[in-house]
Amino acid sequence: MLTSAEWSIVALSLKVGGAAVLAALPLAFALAWVLARYRFPGRLLLDGLVHLPLVLPPVVTGWLLLLAFGPLGPAGRWLESWFGLSLMFRWTGAALAAAIMALPLMVRAMRLSIEAVDRRFEGAARTLGASSWHAFWTISLPLAFPGVLAALVLGFARSIGEFGATISFVSNIPGETRTLPLAIYSALQIPGSETMVTRLALFSVALSLGAVVLSEWLARRTPAGRQQHDD
Amino acid sequence: MTIDIDVAKRRGERLISARFTAGPGLTALFGPSGAGKTSLLDMVAGLLRPDRGHIRIGARTLFGDGIDLPPEARRVGYVFQDGRLFPHRRVRANLLYGQRIAPPTSRWMTLEEATSFLGIGHLLDRWPGSLSGGEAQRIAIGRALLAGPEILLMDEPLSSLDAARRGDIMTVIERIRDELKLPILYVSHDRDEVDRLATKVIAVDG
Repeated sequence: MLTSAEWSIVALSLKVGGAAVLAALPLAFALAWVLARYRFPGRLLLDGLVHLPLVLPPVVTGWLLLLAFGPLGPAGRWLESWFGLSLMFRWTGAALAAAIMALPLMVRAMRLSIEAVDRRFEGAARTLGASSWHAFWTISLPLAFPGVLAALVLGFARSIGEFGATISFVSNIPGETRTLPLAIYSALQIPGSETMVTRLALFSVALSLGAVVLSEWLARRTPAGRQQHDD
Repeated sequence: MTIDIDVAKRRGERLISARFTAGPGLTALFGPSGAGKTSLLDMVAGLLRPDRGHIRIGARTLFGDGIDLPPEARRVGYVFQDGRLFPHRRVRANLLYGQRIAPPTSRWMTLEEATSFLGIGHLLDRWPGSLSGGEAQRIAIGRALLAGPEILLMDEPLSSLDAARRGDIMTVIERIRDELKLPILYVSHDRDEVDRLATKVIAVDG
């Protein structure tokens, strides 16, 4: 179906997408938890910041990443001097850009599932002797878990599709940062590569559709989702 | 064991307050719906913080005098009106939830004793969603007992049951009162229930 060059593009995309969602997961869950459970000054601002990558032109996000993580940026200099690490023009940089772009979607999906957890179950657990920490691990997290998985799948699909922030932050380097969308874009520039474009595009459609369907199915497995859909 | 309660809490426009002492047996908090009876139980359980007052069970102060024990340290069993069984755990895991946390010295009932006491041995592998109202209420009672409480709170445990099931569960409650000799704080707005079960009646009119 795909040529070996195309498979290596797909493999790179999966690697970038996988690293992106795993890196974003703890932060996304913490943000979703805080936004779902706590009322505090600045909550609206935090909510806005989380959602920013969703509405900002991706090129701007990429440029901001360049400012922060470039050789002269504060985060970039810090990584360079402490770890000898640079994200510039590396697949890790592509993963960072994808993680930032996937974060809002992941936070939204997780937040819905956390809000759907009936807090009275936690109260019941406390009266049975559970500390709030134990109640979190045994009651709240398992009840929200299908939603967390759904968020992972959705974030993964979003990461695979990332284009604008990636190309402006880490450029379009074959084998390093040229993921599926960037490869399709590059192929479009070359006359006679329509079949490659078609194959990669169809593959993208299948991957994205599969992810969205899987994520919906998972989201319906939360107790609240189940009730909604049984009506 | 003496239950000594004197609490007040403002919720919006309403002031919920109660002041009473009770001994062993079943103490019914009797009054119309919306009088704040459930809020009183929540305060005893530690799920709701009174504005002032004290809650003492025997020699232990749960609240007051600068003390505010978290729910998990109160040893107060709570049977909720809606059962509130954990939907993602089978009946067995629901029953054992509190027992597994409780230190061995505070447990006074085993799973086998609880299942035969309540007649729920055949339900252990079921999911809470598949239980009838009466079955779910028995499991909720068993789950509370297995955590080794010193007192049991019951919030209208019969309200969602039909007449036949109500009789069954009332018999169970009488046996908790008389055989297990566990003090019970019982919330109800039903005169017949209170007449049959209560050792002492406290009127709560909000």
